[in-house]
Amino acid sequence: MTTKLIRIRPGVGAWMAANSSGNAGAVIGRGFKVIRNQNWMIIVSGFFEPVFYLLSMGIGLGALIGTVTGPGGHQISYAAYIAPALLATSAMNGAIYDSTWNVFFKLRFAKLYEGMLATSLGPLDVAAGEIFMALFRGFLYAVGFTVVIASMGLTTSWWALAMIPVALLIALGFAAIGMALTSYFTTFQQMDWINIALLPMFMFSATLFPIEAFPEVMQWFIMTLPLWHGVELMRQLSVGHWDASTAVHLTYFVAMSVLGVAFATRRLRTLFLR
Amino acid sequence: MTEGVDPVGLDFNALAYSGRALGSARQAQNVHRWGWWYQAEWRLLGMKAYWTSILGSAVLTPLLYVLAMGIGLGALVDSSSGGVEGVPYLTFVAPGLLVATVVMSSVNELTFPVMGGFKWQKLYFARAATAATPSQVAVGELLAVGVRMVAEAALFWVVLVALGAVDPRWSWLMIGIAALAGMAFGAPLASYSATLEDEGFEFSMIQRFVVMPMFLFAGTFYPLATMPLYLQWIGWISPMWHGTQLARAVAFGLPLTNGEVAMHLGFLVILLAVGIALTVRNFTRRLNR
Amino acid sequence: MSVIEATQLTKVYSDLRAVDAVSFRVATGESFGLLGPNGAGKSTTMRMIGGTSLRTSGTLLVNGLDPETHGPEVRASLGVVPQTDNLDTELNARDNLIMYGRYFGLPYSYLRPKAEELLQFAQLSEKATEKVDNLSGGMKRRLTIARALVNEPSVLLLDEPTTGLDPQARHILWDRLFRLKEQGVTLIVTTHFMDEAEQLCDRLLVMDHGQIVAEGSPAALIQQYSTREVLELRFGSDRNVALVERLRGYADSIEALPDRLLLYTADGEAVLARVRADGLDPVTSLVRRASLEDVFLRLTGRSLID
Repeated sequence: MTTKLIRIRPGVGAWMAANSSGNAGAVIGRGFKVIRNQNWMIIVSGFFEPVFYLLSMGIGLGALIGTVTGPGGHQISYAAYIAPALLATSAMNGAIYDSTWNVFFKLRFAKLYEGMLATSLGPLDVAAGEIFMALFRGFLYAVGFTVVIASMGLTTSWWALAMIPVALLIALGFAAIGMALTSYFTTFQQMDWINIALLPMFMFSATLFPIEAFPEVMQWFIMTLPLWHGVELMRQLSVGHWDASTAVHLTYFVAMSVLGVAFATRRLRTLFLR
Repeated sequence: MTEGVDPVGLDFNALAYSGRALGSARQAQNVHRWGWWYQAEWRLLGMKAYWTSILGSAVLTPLLYVLAMGIGLGALVDSSSGGVEGVPYLTFVAPGLLVATVVMSSVNELTFPVMGGFKWQKLYFARAATAATPSQVAVGELLAVGVRMVAEAALFWVVLVALGAVDPRWSWLMIGIAALAGMAFGAPLASYSATLEDEGFEFSMIQRFVVMPMFLFAGTFYPLATMPLYLQWIGWISPMWHGTQLARAVAFGLPLTNGEVAMHLGFLVILLAVGIALTVRNFTRRLNR
Repeated sequence: MSVIEATQLTKVYSDLRAVDAVSFRVATGESFGLLGPNGAGKSTTMRMIGGTSLRTSGTLLVNGLDPETHGPEVRASLGVVPQTDNLDTELNARDNLIMYGRYFGLPYSYLRPKAEELLQFAQLSEKATEKVDNLSGGMKRRLTIARALVNEPSVLLLDEPTTGLDPQARHILWDRLFRLKEQGVTLIVTTHFMDEAEQLCDRLLVMDHGQIVAEGSPAALIQQYSTREVLELRFGSDRNVALVERLRGYADSIEALPDRLLLYTADGEAVLARVRADGLDPVTSLVRRASLEDVFLRLTGRSLID
């Protein structure tokens, strides 16, 4: 057991030597190769889900609801209210899917990572490469969706362009935590519980209606959830409205990403090396 | 004499032939009569592996929907348009959510598991190697999923009643309606799943371009008439909409003419019948190939 | 110079001691085998060598480095053939080789011709653009082995390399491995096929329940733990066991298997003649040279393939 203790406390340099060959680029290269060979419909189809939600809820429910109070107390159309929230939600869903289901499948069933880790790649290279690919997909969808809502006239500020990098920040936070959680999973069924946890977060985080409808205690609870911060931040960007809460939302996600990456890093060896 | 028995106590000489099995003629007779049920029994047994998530989603989904739709979205809709179809938004949306949830779980049960039965685990081929016929396998599969639909709809309904979202008097009929709608969509889908040879990427397309649009555009969240005419057709061809309309009629008395009731019911029954026939045909083709 | 030095190597999974205080060395250019039944701890040992399984205790050096603290560096000189193929199913055969080479940081200018060379080696040149899922089991195995050679490793780890291959393909593969060995590549092979171990390995560790039960060259092991010849007799399932006592005196030792009796002796034909003369009439009889299978049976009381 003494040998074990020595291995647990290396410095940063030693840790990097154990877990990386600095070649995450090869994992990314593989990702792009797969995208090129893949049925393009699979990639394009991912773009439609938030658009369908926007059309259905925006037009259908919008007709029943009319206008809603948006950032800064301005009345905005229901479609303009939910559009930025749907972008935040789709960034979250994509990142969670890529870092849990997708990683688990490649790890346990396709054995893709087993092959990669038999080469000079280390677990850090594999994780960094895979998170990069998840962010790249998220980037494509965020650009597509932003173009759609801008052309529907649902944004009123050039600041709406900042929704794209913010979507990536949201995705990074969720992807890092998702990957760390995946290291605890042993069966697919356990991942159902992630979806069961995400559904209420989607419903209650001011995505489809303001949280003021709920009792105050519940509002406080919702305000601790990451998606609420993502939704509020996106909504402010879409109309170019700033206040002190903007900084809070942004800080929340920067902190979540930093902590998430640290958490994922700690779990890295447990996830990939057994 | 101890040498023949290995150290762990397993007797390698045992042949497991007791002579007590039913005669082969009797086996054939039983399967001829009950083969479809044996298949259903086996499939239901398989659901044991994930019964917690079946139960969890059947109980949690209505709970969440009622909270979100009743308190959150409902407040928004009711305050600006004073309810929908003459009832509060929650009353309006609850039957649609029940039908939609059941239809979507029939998708889960009749896509990958059916394809996997032919392609991955090949369990249907194992079945076909017994005295069962391919049509018994097909019918048994659909029956088992139908049983699950009924159980799930019943749980969902109980939660809705407990939360006061529906009036229990006639609304229990929604259980049958939802299962019918689920199978009316599921059976044709199962027949398609039985023809797939590839990795099943078709299913993600179906999920994204058939199931999702149906969920979002077939009048679950608002009356179909709210939509522009060029989007209403999605509802007309969706089992989900036909089921939802019937469910609303029994849940809060959405006024439907006899002709409309007959049309909704007829649409679902015909789709189910065609679906069963096609599933039987495609199972038979694939298993006899 | 040792390629591998393992001391008291141990791996414990919750309650199972998969590898239990195993110590061994492998010299450069040696062809080294781990022989044992399924679950003996061979694959776990292999994965610890590559640094993809974290050991519980003990020390391990590969080319002088600890694979847990210098994984990328250690694996750069290894070629790994896992027990079950883990090819990249989203890529075609050629891209599998090229991308795998990229993971070692090798440039495309080296990899493009190298991939063609390896496809040829695996007899898959015509299948270069075929998706992995469309290849037969044997083709996938050959591609996995070719893939392990893409970085021209000095040490090749082969975990059950020929499981699932037909006899002809096995012999072709043995030939290729033999030639690699002649070029100075160190081979580390796990197998539960005794003929494979005899063909490929200069030296063997026999493992069982995570422990080393014997070590030596195939010939030495047979000499030490077995007689020169073996007489196999079948009397029918109900009589085999009953005859053990009666045959006790005919051979150095007897092993009773469910379907047959093995009589260990220097001269099988002579014993067979005596059995017949004694009025015992076996249904079938066979005299053969002793093999590693017999060594294993002798050491553990169980057969290798269960």
